Amino acid sequence: MTKVIDIQNVNKSYGANEVLKDIRFSVHHGEVVSIIGSSGSGKSTLLRCINLLEIPSGGQIYYRGQNILDGNHHIPSYRTKLGMVFQQFNLFENHNVLSNCVVGQVKVLKRSKEEAEQVARKYLKVVGMESYVHAKPKQLSGGQKQRVAIARALSMEPDVMLFDEPTSALDPEMVGEVLKVMKELAETGLTMLIVTHEMDFAREVSDRVVFMDKGVIAEEGTPEQIFNHPQQERTKEFLKRTLANHGRI
Amino acid sequence: MSFDWIVRIVEENWQMFLRGAGLTLFIALVGTIVGAVIGLLAGVLRTIPTPRNIAQRLLLKTVNFLCTVYIEVFRGTPMIVQAMVIFYGSALAFNLNLDVLVAALIVVSINTGAYMAEIVRGGIMSIDKGQFEAADAIGMNHMQKMVNVILPQAIRNILPATGNQFVINIKDTSVLNVISVSELYFVTKSVAGNNFRYFESFFVACVLYFVMTFTVTRILLYVEKKMNGSKSYKIIAARSERGELGK
Ligand SMILES: Nc1ncnc2c1ncn2[C@@H]1O[C@H](COP(=O)(O)OP(=O)(O)OP(=O)(O)O)[C@@H](O)[C@H]1O
Ligand SMILES: [Mg+2]
Repeated sequence: MTKVIDIQNVNKSYGANEVLKDIRFSVHHGEVVSIIGSSGSGKSTLLRCINLLEIPSGGQIYYRGQNILDGNHHIPSYRTKLGMVFQQFNLFENHNVLSNCVVGQVKVLKRSKEEAEQVARKYLKVVGMESYVHAKPKQLSGGQKQRVAIARALSMEPDVMLFDEPTSALDPEMVGEVLKVMKELAETGLTMLIVTHEMDFAREVSDRVVFMDKGVIAEEGTPEQIFNHPQQERTKEFLKRTLANHGRI
Repeated sequence: MSFDWIVRIVEENWQMFLRGAGLTLFIALVGTIVGAVIGLLAGVLRTIPTPRNIAQRLLLKTVNFLCTVYIEVFRGTPMIVQAMVIFYGSALAFNLNLDVLVAALIVVSINTGAYMAEIVRGGIMSIDKGQFEAADAIGMNHMQKMVNVILPQAIRNILPATGNQFVINIKDTSVLNVISVSELYFVTKSVAGNNFRYFESFFVACVLYFVMTFTVTRILLYVEKKMNGSKSYKIIAARSERGELGK
């Protein structure tokens, strides 16, 4: 299997605060990988280092074998290969739904407007938002916004999709619609890297689960290994805590 | 009697007053537009993220420094003095005999630019960080991000401040009389100089200034409302709410 993303010894510090410590980790083509772990363990930072929204303090990031931190790589073009979905959606407030999915294609990928609209409509259909093309982000519910944000990222036809807690800012009744879209995407064989607190979802869709704790990858394996036979004490504890909380709600 | 004098002054000089008011409006308008463009450019420049390349970083630092000097100098000195320095200075330094109107346009534009640069910067900073990150994540470069995502939102936010700047400019062009630009104040001064009715002449000017600023304020309020856009949208083909994947 081809490694799409390969991270070697990545560090990230904010001042004296070491948020990522020597992370080694890769995502293979067609793989769905979930990152779980408690709040503040560095999950978002790792994801944001991958698309260089944060610049790692040290280490290497390879995209399909190319070292993108060597200074010769055009970072914006690299970013078009990664689709990012944010917790807070971050739809472009000055564009309507269709235009959110078109602007990047036209301006960055230099596609024609006609082609871009066709692509955008295709992916808006995938997320079930094709009837809202004229709506402004302000006029949508959280779940709808997030589905448009997914369509916007898909419209760039990226190699990998990155999701940073895509359902954490949603009202409970809207979580399902977004997870359903993501599950459908996973089934198409799209390469996905998902930071999530939705354990059932992670167990169901992932090929591999990564458990992060205090800036390191404490354990990784198949959902079966991580959820049913965790080896590390801290993994067991985290799962106990999370699943207990889950039960109470 | 005063009122008769006012009528008489208007009757005798209305063309001059109107021409003066027209020139005032023209200088204020051009100054505000050019100033806004300068402000936008400065705003874009000053938000460029620090490049990793050392030479580029140095260049950017220098440009930012020059921007700051420009802004501080032009906000920190009166426009009346700037007008004198630029008009007579350009003659001294470059042997350049600027047309007074050109000098006036330059002074007001550069002065407004300095204020607009700060207003634009505030406008850009008021935009949610997520908007910048989403644009970055989609692969936009700084210019694409600014033009397609950030500035359209920032401009809407700074529209009231820009309108305010326009109104200020309508009033402050009066200082340009020191370089003999025949704007409204200058015209009024010469009218009053001929008839020696200072109060009545300037009363007319006062009314004209107010009519201009009031009208501009109303128009801007209207534009602002328009820009907030329609509140509703049409859902097309509302039946097929959910798409199906891979089929
Ligand atoms: N810009 C920043 N400056 C300083 N510290 C930061 C910054 N961003 C993140 N951190 C710190 O880095 C640590 C990891 O943050 P991160 O957001 O990656 O955690 P997380 O695992 O995503 O948590 P959560 O589940 O709450 O989203 C935290 O302790 C946080 O306080
Ligand atoms: Mg996070």
